[in-house]
Amino acid sequence: MSDFTGVRGTVWFRALAGQASPMPGDPKSVLTADAPLGNDQARFLCVVPDPHARFPCARHGEVGLEEGYALATRVREIIELDKNTTKRPIVAIVDVKSQAYGRREETAAIFLAASAAADAYGSARLAGHPVITLVVGQAFSGAFLTHGYQANRILAFDDDGVIIHAMHKEAAARVTLRSVQELEKLAREIAPMSYDIRDYAKLGLLHKLLHVDNPENPTQQEIHAVKGELVSAIEDARNSPVDLRNRLESKGALEMRKASLRVRSLLAEQWLAEQ
Amino acid sequence: MEQLEFTYPAKRKVNKRAHVGVVGSGDLEVLLEPAEGELAHVVIRTSVNGFSDTWKAVLDRFFSKYDGAVRIQINDAGGTPGSVQLRLEQAVEASER
Amino acid sequence: MSDQRYANFINRQSFIELDARERAVALLDEGTARELVGPFDRVESPWLAIQDVTPQSDDGCVVMKGKIAGKAAVVVALEGAFQGGSMGEVSGEKMTAALDLACADNEKGIPTSAVILLETGGVRLQEANLGLAAIAELMASILALRKHSPVICLTAGTVGCFGGMALAAGLASYVVMTREARLGMNGPEVIEQENGVEEFDSSDRALIWAIHGGEQRFATGLADALVEDDTPRVAEAIRKLVLQGVPPVHRSSQVTLYRKRIENLDSSVQWDPKEFRSLWLKGDAKEETV
Repeated sequence: MSDFTGVRGTVWFRALAGQASPMPGDPKSVLTADAPLGNDQARFLCVVPDPHARFPCARHGEVGLEEGYALATRVREIIELDKNTTKRPIVAIVDVKSQAYGRREETAAIFLAASAAADAYGSARLAGHPVITLVVGQAFSGAFLTHGYQANRILAFDDDGVIIHAMHKEAAARVTLRSVQELEKLAREIAPMSYDIRDYAKLGLLHKLLHVDNPENPTQQEIHAVKGELVSAIEDARNSPVDLRNRLESKGALEMRKASLRVRSLLAEQWLAEQ
Repeated sequence: MEQLEFTYPAKRKVNKRAHVGVVGSGDLEVLLEPAEGELAHVVIRTSVNGFSDTWKAVLDRFFSKYDGAVRIQINDAGGTPGSVQLRLEQAVEASER
Repeated sequence: MSDQRYANFINRQSFIELDARERAVALLDEGTARELVGPFDRVESPWLAIQDVTPQSDDGCVVMKGKIAGKAAVVVALEGAFQGGSMGEVSGEKMTAALDLACADNEKGIPTSAVILLETGGVRLQEANLGLAAIAELMASILALRKHSPVICLTAGTVGCFGGMALAAGLASYVVMTREARLGMNGPEVIEQENGVEEFDSSDRALIWAIHGGEQRFATGLADALVEDDTPRVAEAIRKLVLQGVPPVHRSSQVTLYRKRIENLDSSVQWDPKEFRSLWLKGDAKEETV
């Protein structure tokens, strides 16, 4: 199992927001705070492990029912507060190993809880809030779709403990009827399958890869530098369209997503020929 | 993965292209398009290696009755000779409708 | 069973037995369906052949433009029989780009809705991060389009709608299911794998449908329509929703309501799915009007 310690989220939340607490009424697994970032007051959000979470399948950092709706609430709160004023930045700090896997979760429609959070983040972006994601650890699958993947800009550390992927190695090997070694070999040759963040960066989805010597114990200097990068990303987002077209206009996309670009241009050509 | 190619003589012009099937487990996809000249070309991509003799047998039989000048592409994921025959017939039928 | 019901059953035209292309055509007004980026354009996955997986000429995604009840619409159907309907780079982009084009038409004054047929297990693992990114981008496009015109998700079976694509269903304006269909983020096998057979016995078919099945989802307000597996009825259900237009508030935006429902649940026990229906609606807050 990929090593998930579940501490990076709290470390970076505290480093960037000055504290590490949930807001009143929220589950302990969702940290929310408003703190200065550049010239803005930004809302920071993070999902962290809560061993005493109400739902037994969500006690080790999984993004579950309560987490999805708490995130949605805290993001929507900002959309409402800033309705008639400057849209403040929303920063998602991400270290999530998976969604919650449970019968209760499925019965009570975890897919909707996840959608609600993604809806909130995406709606904030469409309303003009710069939504920035900082991946400090793991960002897997449904958890990342829920918390982080709707951002205008995604930043990540270039560290072995930072992994963005659809499924953990052991499970992926099992599902595709291969050994982990075979999967790792394929992953080395096929960039979208890789578990290495530097390969992910080639796909053109990341705004920037940042270097921090030890993400679990950053220096003041490093924290200051990361804040600067977040401020740059916010500025960049503010001067760009609110949709996700930047993911297809990047250098990485031109290199690695040629088929996507072909689909887009051919579909447009044929669609417009219809009219 | 294997790519196999076969060519057969053809007499008849074909007017319409046709597409049938799905690259599902045990199934195959057939794309049939009119070709210039007096030949029928078949290109097969299959994820099940080592059956070129079987493919040849099925195609020999199919083309003993079909004389259209066509380019046929087959994308296969383990179709049986029966399903290959069926999909080819369906493609022909669709191209003659 | 009455004679009439029996006759209806025998004479029904199964929608589930249709492939993706046939399903898409069946939902559009007669004579209006035109496929875009179809098999003969051969836009395939660039990632499969190197892994000894035979690509499909349309990458398992069919884009069909046309009209529904006389109004402009696009139907995008995933082929469940190809790689489990999974989202790859190309199939994902076909769906997203189609929704973006529909959105642009709306902005030009041509109201255009989208119907997405989801028979899918989620991300195609052979394309992993491009599949996951495709889902995120699709979700963004659904959010943009649904402000203008409805985005209708139809899951009929047999594959159902699972994985990251369940979030696409969650964002839809309307969800239509048959009894045979299932909708959920995680399938029974993966739950059993992660948390044991006590948590979810993946061999218990009755349990699977009791939790993920269309009837349960409809009974718990998570699907908007439950339809018979009969093509004309399915098409009629879709037509009705297209004509209904954008709902006043989307399900995924009703955060206060759903958060309260979760808070009211006793998380210390497993719930009987039938009993859950009334647990779920017990002590509902007043409907959110955001």
